[in-house]
Amino acid sequence: MRIVAEHLTHTYNAGSPFAVKALDDVSLTIEEGEFFGVIGHTGSGKSTFVQHLNALIRLPSSLKHYKKPKAKKGQLPPPEPILKVGDFDLSSRKTDFRALRKNVGMVFQYPEYQLFAETVYEDVAFGLKNFAEKGHAPTKEETDAAVKEALEIVGLDFQAVKDMSPFDLSGGQKRRAAIAGVIVTRPEILVLDEPAAGLDPLGKREIMELLHTIHGKWCKTVVIVSHDMDEIAENCTRVAVFSEGRLVYALPPKELFQKAEELKSLGLDIPLTAKLVLALKARGVELSCDFTTEGLLSAILERKEGKA
Amino acid sequence: MKDVAFGQYYPVSSFVHKLDPRLKLVFLIAFIVAIFLANNFYGLAACAAVLILTIAFSRVPIWKVLRSVRAVLFLVLFTTALNVLFYGGETVYAHWGIFTITKEGIIFSAFLVLRIMLLVMCSSMLTYTTTPVALTDGLESLLTPLKWIRFPVHALALIMSLALRMIPSLMEETERIKNAQKARGADFESGGLIKRVKAIVPILIPLLLSSFRRADELGEAMESRCYMGDKHRTKYKKLRFSWRDLLAFLLGAALVTGVVLLRVYLGATV
Repeated sequence: MRIVAEHLTHTYNAGSPFAVKALDDVSLTIEEGEFFGVIGHTGSGKSTFVQHLNALIRLPSSLKHYKKPKAKKGQLPPPEPILKVGDFDLSSRKTDFRALRKNVGMVFQYPEYQLFAETVYEDVAFGLKNFAEKGHAPTKEETDAAVKEALEIVGLDFQAVKDMSPFDLSGGQKRRAAIAGVIVTRPEILVLDEPAAGLDPLGKREIMELLHTIHGKWCKTVVIVSHDMDEIAENCTRVAVFSEGRLVYALPPKELFQKAEELKSLGLDIPLTAKLVLALKARGVELSCDFTTEGLLSAILERKEGKA
Repeated sequence: MKDVAFGQYYPVSSFVHKLDPRLKLVFLIAFIVAIFLANNFYGLAACAAVLILTIAFSRVPIWKVLRSVRAVLFLVLFTTALNVLFYGGETVYAHWGIFTITKEGIIFSAFLVLRIMLLVMCSSMLTYTTTPVALTDGLESLLTPLKWIRFPVHALALIMSLALRMIPSLMEETERIKNAQKARGADFESGGLIKRVKAIVPILIPLLLSSFRRADELGEAMESRCYMGDKHRTKYKKLRFSWRDLLAFLLGAALVTGVVLLRVYLGATV
């Protein structure tokens, strides 16, 4: 499923002194199969953007009592926001939002805080039951199979954890269980808000590896919000940069991280690999690479062999 | 969820916002006393005039203040209906069964409605123009005499300000957890009563857990900064009386005296 957003705009607490324009005329297309990164300073609108993708924040035109905004005198009316996820038109009231949410899985920041059931099994099966078609409740065998598969793909032992309380798991395990609870319905698009936040380096790497296993096999498209530029450079096919509610860039990491100065002025860092390339450049060694560790290594080796 | 009027501060700068919170608390009490002392429409009109003056000098939009009445709308309608139908009196307009609509009943219920509206509006003016922190500070200062009988005034004020401080955080947290469960297909909007109550469980349990976690973390953070109650504690913002406060104080005193005079000389409407 392809994600197409045009002129997406969102204001929190519209019409009050607390009004904040969180998204301002954002147009962006995410192709099926991408591993898409979203970066930006705190309050740049990136979370607001991803929450639109499964209609947790609804477009005004999809709500009851919607009135078209009137144009000011002598001005064109503001363009109508459009958001399409596959065949779902999120600007329409008639869209089946439950079916949409089944297709767009959402892992929030610190997803372990959403665990609630008595056992890990029940917690993971929660989404499965909710999304079941009316009158077609999944059988015990179907649920068993789906929960088992989801737990195993996130690296938890089904037999060992299924009857445990989710609150008895370790921090990293809790997060895995929570992710299992989202992917158990096999969404086509998986959106994750800072999935590795607060984990130790090993935990971070494991989560990123997990996402690679899920990407392609379980979920065709993965959209990830992150502050960690190394994570982004290493994994993403394309990256969107948000600043003050606007979309500033949507580029592959290879092109994006050449703009070190521009990113710095937006309050963003560059990955370690890009810093190394810059440091080498300062000493007169020009390298071009895609800013993954592997890419940088082969660029350095190539250069060495060329010289030898 | 976001329409909770209680504790909603309206962030502008104005004459009323700058008043000393202690004075505002006392003023509110005086105002409420005046409303209850008033036994004719002239007294209530005096109260209303003072309220309108306050609103005008606070730069809080009038619709915002009127909207605070919405919270007690049911109560207002209920008392009106009861009084109009059952009050009794001499000038009967209509009569059927046990119901009698009289001139006195209508006047009395109009009086009551006005009273309730004034009460609610003046109380909400306090929360609109005073930050929760200032409010608890003022309360602590006003309750200081109770320390003589070893009443834990400081602890009470702290509990109050912590509770007020946590309301928005808890609401944010609720919204987050609600969204997370919605993304997993939870449905909070449809179904019968039992189904809806059951649907709250996936929100309530994580919320409870995170509240305990927060309380624990906060307690530890305070202890690690050597918090020991109000022993040797100083204040960053000292409360001070100014000319504004004197002006407001005189207005409050004038209102109460005025209402009492109106009560004595004009007699009761109801």
